[in-house]
Amino acid sequence: MPRPREYDDIPGTVVFDGRRSRRGYALNKFLMSLNDPANRASFKADEAAYLDRFAVDDEQREAVLGREWLRLLEVGGNVYYTYKLAACDGMTFQDLAGEQTGMPAEDFARMMAAGGRRPEGAEGAGGAGRADS
Amino acid sequence: MARIVGGVGCSHVPAVGAAIDKGKTGDPYWAPYFAKVEPARSWMADVAPDVCIVVYNDHASAFSLELVPTFALGLADEFPPADEGYGPRPVPAVQGHPDFAWHVAESLILDEFDITLVNEMPVDHGLTVPLSVLFGQPEAWPCRVVPVCVNVVQYPPPTGHRCYRLGQAIRRAVESFGGDERIVVLGTGGMSHQLQGQRAGLINVEFDTAFLDGLVRDPEAVARIPHIEYLRQAGSEGIELVMWLVMRGALGDAVDEVYRATHVPTSNTHNGLLVLAA
Repeated sequence: MPRPREYDDIPGTVVFDGRRSRRGYALNKFLMSLNDPANRASFKADEAAYLDRFAVDDEQREAVLGREWLRLLEVGGNVYYTYKLAACDGMTFQDLAGEQTGMPAEDFARMMAAGGRRPEGAEGAGGAGRADS
Repeated sequence: MARIVGGVGCSHVPAVGAAIDKGKTGDPYWAPYFAKVEPARSWMADVAPDVCIVVYNDHASAFSLELVPTFALGLADEFPPADEGYGPRPVPAVQGHPDFAWHVAESLILDEFDITLVNEMPVDHGLTVPLSVLFGQPEAWPCRVVPVCVNVVQYPPPTGHRCYRLGQAIRRAVESFGGDERIVVLGTGGMSHQLQGQRAGLINVEFDTAFLDGLVRDPEAVARIPHIEYLRQAGSEGIELVMWLVMRGALGDAVDEVYRATHVPTSNTHNGLLVLAA
């Protein structure tokens, strides 16, 4: 078993370390492929068939097809890679960040305009809850 | 002798690039931020460097998980803007400086910084947004650029201390180059922000202010901030601030703070702009 890390108790935070990089390698390879406009067109034409080109597992496939943004991180997606899928759907990075908090987009934008989220949970207690288990 | 004349710390928020590209800098959301940019632009115009060494991170553009260099240096004649998944930014290609870049690379490696050599790569918003912030929308960028990429996407990034030491080694490399180039070093990314998880949207003005104060006056102490403190206090993406330490290390011990501006929010980020004269 991979050893626990000192940042595992930070609430609502998925640090993209070696554990997640291994878990998400094929998923991120798919996401990286969306840098190519021809691949974006193929993906949009038939998402499921395009995903067959990559060794993603069933959980990852579901999370992609269902646009489960937080789950994409939990199954090994890196947020910068994940944004390439969000951009395919015309989302901004703020849209993607907001989606992961579970807040409506307007509420998230309002929170940012008001100075953002306070660093509660910085010492490892309380806050927004764990993103993964 | 080539000489480092100053350094700039500059966040590299994609939405700032998009605001410039789409002519939205006068919109109510953006106008207050872009008003704060003007003094930094004036300083850059006055200094008119021949070369900018831009310390930035690639965001799954040139590098993917197949190959993740912790430090890499761009040696090409030209670096095109990257397609990051939504088409390349409409900005000029970046002109490199291979003679100088090769000198820096050789000097760094013999100085025991085993940097990765890159002969071809596109450059993404991490590099081009700070150029847009500092130079606006010219037909061609007004200086040559040496890209220095730092991995901050795959945890762990290099330590702040290692980044600071890299900056010091870059300074030694510059000072042993035979040309007469005047050089500005850009440290990009940060300040506090978190783009992922339920804690997305984190901003920590207190941490960022202390970081900026320390970076100017006591960089050795700031270089000792451990990763766990960035993660907790500045957010999972706030750890990009280690790249500002490369810039600071390249400036030598004493600097003059020429200008500082911060703005919250730009998209999800506490935006920082810090101009230092060496």
